[in-house]
Amino acid sequence: MADWVEACAVDDVEEEDVIRFDHGGRTFAIYRSPDDEFFATDGFCTHEKAHLADGLVMDDIIECPKHNGRFNYKTGQAKGAPVCVNLQTYPVKVEAGKVMIQIA
Amino acid sequence: MAGTVKRDYSLVGESTRRAIETGLASAEWYHTDVSRKAIKELMQRSDGPAIRDTIIWVVAILGSAAGGVYFWGTWWCVPFFFVYGVLYGSSSDSRWHECGHGTAFRTRWMNDVVYQIASFMLMRNPVTWRWSHARHHTDTIIVGRDAEIAVMRPPDLLRAALAFTGILDFRYSLPALVRQAFGKLTPDEKSYVPEMEQHKAVIAARWHVAIYIATIALALTMRSWVPLVIIGVPRLYGTWHMVLTGLLQHIGLADNVIDHRLNTRTVYMNPISRFIYWNMNYHVEHHMFPMVPYHALPRLHEMIKHDLPEPNPSMWHAYREVWPVLLRQLKYEDYFLKRELPPTARPYRGEFHEVNMSAAAE
Repeated sequence: MADWVEACAVDDVEEEDVIRFDHGGRTFAIYRSPDDEFFATDGFCTHEKAHLADGLVMDDIIECPKHNGRFNYKTGQAKGAPVCVNLQTYPVKVEAGKVMIQIA
Repeated sequence: MAGTVKRDYSLVGESTRRAIETGLASAEWYHTDVSRKAIKELMQRSDGPAIRDTIIWVVAILGSAAGGVYFWGTWWCVPFFFVYGVLYGSSSDSRWHECGHGTAFRTRWMNDVVYQIASFMLMRNPVTWRWSHARHHTDTIIVGRDAEIAVMRPPDLLRAALAFTGILDFRYSLPALVRQAFGKLTPDEKSYVPEMEQHKAVIAARWHVAIYIATIALALTMRSWVPLVIIGVPRLYGTWHMVLTGLLQHIGLADNVIDHRLNTRTVYMNPISRFIYWNMNYHVEHHMFPMVPYHALPRLHEMIKHDLPEPNPSMWHAYREVWPVLLRQLKYEDYFLKRELPPTARPYRGEFHEVNMSAAAE
């Protein structure tokens, strides 16, 4: 059974932004969408090892800071070159002002 | 001191192996500290500036082409084609570049449309070049890894001079497109274009070649040079500005380092060149933060210039500075121009760029 892990407080992430969350030797990216929903993906771009948390969130897109590769952070879908491999996403819930992600 | 190891610029050779072994490939690069808030603000996308600049660009292209055709057969066509050539053969490079990064416009399809048009104008396969440029940003001027090193060592000065005419690029680009149209990619191209993308490169090349064949057919039908002077040949007579500005990006500076302050150059330029070049004269800034759109680069420059070498105040200054370096590299290819940092900057890390240059000091 996958565990729910507290990633951050709701206020730690600005609207239409992303932060990095490290847990158990892995890195995740926690997103807050413009309509105030939270999402989580793997923290590194699938193209090359760059932290997505340094990238730019636009609507439902995260753009990698290294080569501008784009993913839909809600579905993990890679949106075209130079990213070809989808991003792993994780279930998210908000409880008592905390953002929780379910890590397999 | 150990003798000079000859550089192997292929992407599947000895230098490639060495770059991977020593950790130079896909390395962690130096970045000037900038707060998340500040860089996020600079990274913000907007369609406005690029739409404005693209309207000016398209109007200038169509206007100069119309003038050139109207005055065809008289000397009056020369200034029109001079402008048209630079817009076609040079300014397309910066449009290709910015739209390839996806930073010029906020709207994705706008970036894609301009990217495809500019790629055609440059005789560049839009697929292979997108990937080669990604590699250029991962491994900037890492020998054996970077597919876009303009001047290799020891420098071939005749080749560099001929680049201003576009002849060499034309001679390489057109046969490359024809080869790719027949479904053949080189080992170098296969090293940076993922397998799942390679068929797209072939399709793109076929479109380009088809347009060139149609242009030649039109010229033959019309018994006129005009179609060729409008499509294709401007890559020859209008490429000089792209080379003039683009050569300065990295020429004469360090290779095999992981700090863009050492291998990349920022040069102050006049407003016309900056329009043609879309602010890529702020090149250290661009490489450090490729997410920042061209129109925000002057603001980024102001923010981080305390940590960068002093920019060259002009292109003339930069070329004067680099010329003796190139001459010295003819005899001693490890020699490079190491630019001084201001006292406010964080120092260079030594481990990747300390080369004994005493042999070049005579």
